[in-house]
Amino acid sequence: MLKINNISKTFNTGTVNEKKALINVSLHLKEGDFVTVIGGNGAGKSTLLNSVCGVFNIDSGSIEIDGADVTRLSEHKRAKYLGRVFQDPMMGTAADMQIMENMSLAYRRGKKHGLSWALTSKEKKVYKEMLSQLGLGLENRMSSKVGLLSGGQRQALTLLMAVAQKPKVLLLDEHTAALDPTTAGKVLELSDKFISENNLTAMMITHNMKDAIAYGNRLIMMNEGRIIYDVSGEEKKNLTVDDLLKKFAALSGEEFANDRALLN
Amino acid sequence: MLNMIMSFGLPGVMAQGIIWGLMAIGVYITFKILDIADLTVDGSFATGGAVLVMSVTQYGMNIWISLLLAFIAGCLAGLMTGIFHTKFGIPAILSGILTQFALYSINLRILTCANVALNVRKYSDVVLISSFYTTDALIKCAIFAAIIIGLLYLFFGTQLGQSLRATGCNPNMSRANGINTERNKILGLVISNGVVALSGGLLAQYQGFADINMGRGAIVIGLAAVIIGEVLFAKIYRNLAVRFTSAIVGGILYYVIISLVLRMGLKADDLKLLTALVVAIFLGIPFWKKSIMDSRIKKGVESNVKNQ
Repeated sequence: MLKINNISKTFNTGTVNEKKALINVSLHLKEGDFVTVIGGNGAGKSTLLNSVCGVFNIDSGSIEIDGADVTRLSEHKRAKYLGRVFQDPMMGTAADMQIMENMSLAYRRGKKHGLSWALTSKEKKVYKEMLSQLGLGLENRMSSKVGLLSGGQRQALTLLMAVAQKPKVLLLDEHTAALDPTTAGKVLELSDKFISENNLTAMMITHNMKDAIAYGNRLIMMNEGRIIYDVSGEEKKNLTVDDLLKKFAALSGEEFANDRALLN
Repeated sequence: MLNMIMSFGLPGVMAQGIIWGLMAIGVYITFKILDIADLTVDGSFATGGAVLVMSVTQYGMNIWISLLLAFIAGCLAGLMTGIFHTKFGIPAILSGILTQFALYSINLRILTCANVALNVRKYSDVVLISSFYTTDALIKCAIFAAIIIGLLYLFFGTQLGQSLRATGCNPNMSRANGINTERNKILGLVISNGVVALSGGLLAQYQGFADINMGRGAIVIGLAAVIIGEVLFAKIYRNLAVRFTSAIVGGILYYVIISLVLRMGLKADDLKLLTALVVAIFLGIPFWKKSIMDSRIKKGVESNVKNQ
């Protein structure tokens, strides 16, 4: 479903701040794969996800989604393949627009925006039903501005928007990091539910090693722009946080350094 | 007081207010919806007036076609700014300044000299509105504004219009949902400057001439109208049609106030200074509110610490 072939990305090339964010990274996901991504600060996790989204052009390598080469496709053109949830709850929704307007934008992801009326009563029914899946009561306040919602509600809405139009790949970039533990747990449960119910192919960056083990069928660990550990199936299920920390120390020759991971 | 208001011709002042309010709707589209401060309007307003006057006087065109041409000319000006901004990577504000600068030459080319009259006596069958018939002008301007607001309201309710609003509100989210934000920015600038040029065409008819300087400071007057409208309609500020109407009301109030202070003895020369200061103060209010709130919160934290 997703083929990342030998991609590299260097930021600030030729300056003192030169940063090799990705070095010859390859990753192939099969349909229905749910990969969790862990790694220290600056390991290249977000860069990897953003390369898939097309936030910037990669220096070398290629990216294929569902057989289509998207390496040089601009960000908004790739959007039809991808569902995205960002770390910042403010980033995935338009605050000044109504809940149902946000839904309708997501529902039309990758399609033409024409001159027909945006919110038809038929579509409103669809959105209402979708919103009720969140169990947050948002279906009863569809004309409220999204800016009035809490961070957790906004993140849950962003998640729903990401899957409203079934994506080829769902990309979750530490999407629960900015939420309180209870809300984070709920949003994570929802993510897992959507992924398994729709058999979505997904990548989830997380700083929480327990979550990385508990969710998904595959786990990759990144360090200094490379994937240093890739595990799936039974072996992944039986992992413990201790195993991961030891693995990291053995493979990278240093302690696991992630300011947020240390807090967990 | 009422006598004083009536004596300076309230209908005429209001008609002018509506025309500038219409211009303010153009400013609203870029400044509030797209989150771009577009200075093109200073030039495109005059372009609209110039195109209308020349179409009527030199080419004997129908007034509606002339208005349409003025609209299209404004759209082209917006297109130029949009291309500077998205294809040349120039910051929006500088793109607008460049176009505005270029439009001075273009407007002179269109007008052939700095000022061309549209004589109402000669073209009385042609022009829609005139300062000689203020009540008539007021009614027609109001109808015209209502139609433009209606059309814009419909447009911003379409899928395309909605994606334009999303572009201004959250470009990251828009791109993640497959919206071409660059194209939408250009489109917004095109529509905005089209509306601005259209109101320029109306003002040229009303005052009976087009002038190379008629758009000078238009952005400031537009912002003043938008801000006045915003303050007045803050409570019922949800519907986009209401927001557009509030810009019109803001334009009317701006003109009524200006006329009053001029009556009360303010020199016309000082007008622009006064307007600039008023707009600066109103733009500053949200910022001051925030910093006052912040300092209160900080003090609150400090006192809590002391109490412990």
